[in-house]
Amino acid sequence: MLPNVQPMTPLTLTASTLVTATGRGLGPVLQALRERRSGLKPCDFEDVTLKTYIGRIEGLEDFSLGNELERFDCRNNRLAWLGLQQDGFMVAVAEAKQRYGAHRVAVVMGTSTSGILETEHAYQARDLAGSLPAWYTSRYRYTHNMFSLGHFVRACLGLRGPAMVVSTACSSSAKVFATADRLLRAGLCDAAIVGGVDSLCLTTLYGFSALQLLSASPCRPCDEDRDGLSLGEAAGFALLEPSTYVSRRGAVALLGYGESTDGYHMSHPHPEGAGAIRAIRDALDRAGLQPSDIDYVNLHGTATRVNDAVEDKAVSSIFGRTTPCSSTKGWTGHTLGAAGITEALISVLCLKHGFLPGTLNCERIDPTLRSWILRANDVRPVRRILSNIFGFGGNNCSLILGTLQ
Amino acid sequence: MKVGIQGIGLLAAGLEGWCASRAVLAGTEPFGPVAVPDPEAALLPSNERRRSSDCVRWALHVAQEAIAQSGLDPREVPTVFASSGGETGVLDTLCRTQAMPERVVSPTLFHQSVHNTASGYWGIATTCQQSSTALSCYDDSFAAGLLEAITFVCVEQRPVLLVAYDLAVPAPLSEARPIAIGFAVALVLVPPSDSSLASMYLRLEEAHQDEPTGLVDPALEQVRQNNPAARSLPLLSAIAAGRSQSIRLSLLDSQQLVLDLDP
Repeated sequence: MLPNVQPMTPLTLTASTLVTATGRGLGPVLQALRERRSGLKPCDFEDVTLKTYIGRIEGLEDFSLGNELERFDCRNNRLAWLGLQQDGFMVAVAEAKQRYGAHRVAVVMGTSTSGILETEHAYQARDLAGSLPAWYTSRYRYTHNMFSLGHFVRACLGLRGPAMVVSTACSSSAKVFATADRLLRAGLCDAAIVGGVDSLCLTTLYGFSALQLLSASPCRPCDEDRDGLSLGEAAGFALLEPSTYVSRRGAVALLGYGESTDGYHMSHPHPEGAGAIRAIRDALDRAGLQPSDIDYVNLHGTATRVNDAVEDKAVSSIFGRTTPCSSTKGWTGHTLGAAGITEALISVLCLKHGFLPGTLNCERIDPTLRSWILRANDVRPVRRILSNIFGFGGNNCSLILGTLQ
Repeated sequence: MKVGIQGIGLLAAGLEGWCASRAVLAGTEPFGPVAVPDPEAALLPSNERRRSSDCVRWALHVAQEAIAQSGLDPREVPTVFASSGGETGVLDTLCRTQAMPERVVSPTLFHQSVHNTASGYWGIATTCQQSSTALSCYDDSFAAGLLEAITFVCVEQRPVLLVAYDLAVPAPLSEARPIAIGFAVALVLVPPSDSSLASMYLRLEEAHQDEPTGLVDPALEQVRQNNPAARSLPLLSAIAAGRSQSIRLSLLDSQQLVLDLDP
């Protein structure tokens, strides 16, 4: 039985910012999309010897967080800090704080691995008795604990509203939109900062390698010969306000979302895409839209054999072959817990600039796929986009973003 | 916001199951912590149970107890899983592996390392395909989970299963996070109805001069302070005693969740 989902009031994305391997800030990310310039490079992360490509953000090794933020210093929070500095985001949040009061602005962040790299380093630095170094133990709370990112963003922005970190593997920073909508509708805040940050670490590189899901070349979503994903890292944030407060014709808003689980397997998607279908249908119902109202689908499109095939089953069962679809993982890599916000904000760029990114690195479209897979970039007006994110634990989330009419 | 509580699951040393623990929680029997046997988590298929983590078995065990009491079909109930550190035992093993010259990671352990592992296994065990959120808010993870679950119930007008758990953190990670005892609790929260065990109003207040609600029994209070999931104890104690009480849970440094319990 499908859940009874009621249409929602759109939430305006009043401000947003994004850092991926393709660029720091929305402008550079847009330029890379238009120029079809990938951020993926042969893996040069720390001492990792895996033969794979990664979307590493340059410069994270070259600075540290100082002063009152020093205790938060780790790769994940440095990346969060870098994200917060772009696109005038801090100014927009300061204005919202002025408007509503610091305790009326919520912070809902998503990450899958938080600052685990610190713990990996600390385990490598254990003493002869097996104890962890003091520089680590006193800072675990601010670096690796799953809430660290939420704590850090709240501290950076000087906010005092409700806060939490959602961690549902790859769907984490898509689900933050849903949690923020609930907090707003329940009247527990007037605005919300949503977002996600995930950074490279040994656990995910060696873990995905162990699952034999890493490609030795830059990932090729939807390609006949695709052979796995490329890992990336990213930070993205958005300021959400109910469109009843701030509504401007042409402003980009969250129109709907759908959340579901597969109830099938920890790391294999449901073979018929049942959970994915449920998430997409709920997103359409919340937005009060029909499939034909959607102009473009930003696929999860990780470039693993199974993901792309199962996602195609789900998407084509709803959209047939009439809605253009593509994956942008060829630019950014799979940014895991940051994939939701990354692809939501890429969708915002598509809406604002009237273009669709063709699937990068897809040379020959897998002939068994039934959806309309875009290979080349396309310039056209775009009003509504569906973005899919599916994660381990069979955790799915679909978002619908659109321009307010 | 008002919700009903229609089922409770509980597991900790000296608190083995909600029904068995009511007298202790109500203060009419003494609290005597004894080692907890490995939870049954009977819902898990035996092959999954064998390779599942302690977190998964504890979380599923209390979830099953709560959902059975509620009489609801688990396939119809969205879930919220709240834990400060999640799969700390699995993370300890993975970080040990990363410190070895050959980083040979077990693929099974890797997919069990995510914060939503218990959520995923609950879905596998029940074939539930509803929304499931896994979250953290450090020491206030139970309060944050309650916030997510109650807003879900009120906004969507549907029952939600909340499961909060943190297990003892293994050495050497325990030097950074000294959680010494395991604790898991599950609540089935529903739109207000007559069939509930209790109902409560939730409101969010700015940080208050009143301290978060504690417990009278010093040994139970120690459990509450040691384990983030055990921050649920004042609520459980009031329900067990059938007390009308306002319970304050801290939510970060700036806010408190106030639960006005109406048994």
